[in-house]
Amino acid sequence: MRSLLIVMLLASGAVFADESQIQLKSGPGKDSVQAKCSICHSLDEIQINSPFLDKAAWTAEVGKMIHVMGAPIDDKEKTVIIDYLTANYGVK
Amino acid sequence: MTDRRRFLKNMAGLTVMGSAGILLPRTGFGAVPGDNPDLASGTREASVLDALPGKKPLIKRTFRAPCYETPVNYFNEVFTPNDAFFVRYHLSNIPPVTAQDWRLRIGGESIDKTFELTFADLTNPKNFEHVEIAAVCQCSGNRRGLNIPHVAGVEWAYGAMGNAMWKGVRLRDVLAKAGIKKDALEVVLNGTDRGVLDKTPDFVKSLPMYRALDENTIIAFEMNGQPLPFWNGYPARLVVPGWTATYWTKHISDISVVSKPFDGFWMKTAYRIPQGKFPIVARFISQETEVNTPITEMVVNSLITNIHDGQHFRPGQPVEVKGLAWDAGYGIQMVEVSIDGGRSWRDAELSKDYGRFSWRQWGFRFKPEKKGSYGIMAKATNRSGNTQTFELIRNPAGYHHNVVQKVDIVVA
Repeated sequence: MRSLLIVMLLASGAVFADESQIQLKSGPGKDSVQAKCSICHSLDEIQINSPFLDKAAWTAEVGKMIHVMGAPIDDKEKTVIIDYLTANYGVK
Repeated sequence: MTDRRRFLKNMAGLTVMGSAGILLPRTGFGAVPGDNPDLASGTREASVLDALPGKKPLIKRTFRAPCYETPVNYFNEVFTPNDAFFVRYHLSNIPPVTAQDWRLRIGGESIDKTFELTFADLTNPKNFEHVEIAAVCQCSGNRRGLNIPHVAGVEWAYGAMGNAMWKGVRLRDVLAKAGIKKDALEVVLNGTDRGVLDKTPDFVKSLPMYRALDENTIIAFEMNGQPLPFWNGYPARLVVPGWTATYWTKHISDISVVSKPFDGFWMKTAYRIPQGKFPIVARFISQETEVNTPITEMVVNSLITNIHDGQHFRPGQPVEVKGLAWDAGYGIQMVEVSIDGGRSWRDAELSKDYGRFSWRQWGFRFKPEKKGSYGIMAKATNRSGNTQTFELIRNPAGYHHNVVQKVDIVVA
């Protein structure tokens, strides 16, 4: 019986999982984060790295995405994105 | 309770969980039964069981680039099934590839003759001898998610690894056909996957010549007797036994022999460990700096695979602890098990040896008579005398986690 349950749980994960179902927390800057970060990766990259990064760490991550990975984010939007990540996915 | 009633009770629980998956945002519940409690809450909430095409449901850490880890129950087999083998990509542009269209280009300034191989050329035993080797493929960051405090990256628990029987041809045989010049310093490796944006540094790695030319470094086209699954590098990938999986280039398409240190982001900046912190023998001298060095070989490690925290046993009931132990290929000397939280240790029994790059299964039986909690621990030692740590060796990217595990069972 237990194995049946496990099989069904596995099946349920397979059926329901989908990147489009990822929902970030509401807050100022969410639109920018969704638009820019999802160009290259799914937004669960943010969720799994929470809540343990402080503002300096999120600044370093966003900086890496811009300067190393080439994310098209200007300085103004960079600030908005860092503030959103710190407020909603930062260390409490 | 009858089986029927138990079934209904379980089904009720399942329905709640199933509907939660549909109706609620994925933040808000731990979606993988039994996921590791030491992971960050955000990691547990965002993880789900999900199946990539051709794969069994694995623990999805991120959808894109796909990072899926193998649930621990699969590690009770010595060879990890292909359809349950972990998946790890860095970049999200992963073009489909067929054996028919695939080409392997051999080039670089330190070879005599540039050439190209088709899949038929590569796999024709008249061109290159076929070899088979059992080897552990483990992500450098396996167990990163268990770092306390947590560090940024893909937050893996125990399953960013697998063991397989790899079949292919030696990299050195292929390079010999190209002719290697005297000034050769590194072999640069690239696969067909790349970034979405042109500006994103392609995932390109390099190996020192001694490791590229090692008889155990192969270009593999079979895994456990089958073609490689797409997500594990079809139609051919590099296999570097003993070294972490960052060098095991998937969908390998370009191999260059060069005379200068390769300075791409994924060598120069990423996959670095601090100098002097780990008991590492294999060096990558042309890439070293004063402060850090590329990660190279795996550290000695073990995993308990068949019991879990909080599991109940009856007094007098035999408990069989099973697990795995592996290192960089020096060979496992012994595995010691403690049932009293590390106060005393006894030798586990090692199972069949599938070669020094394979992991080794082990087992330990005991019969607890007294009621209470038993802290089960396992610690592997290799033939160089290196063993696991009890305290995390902290490093910025959370590599080489080989902290001795503790599983608390209850006898009542």
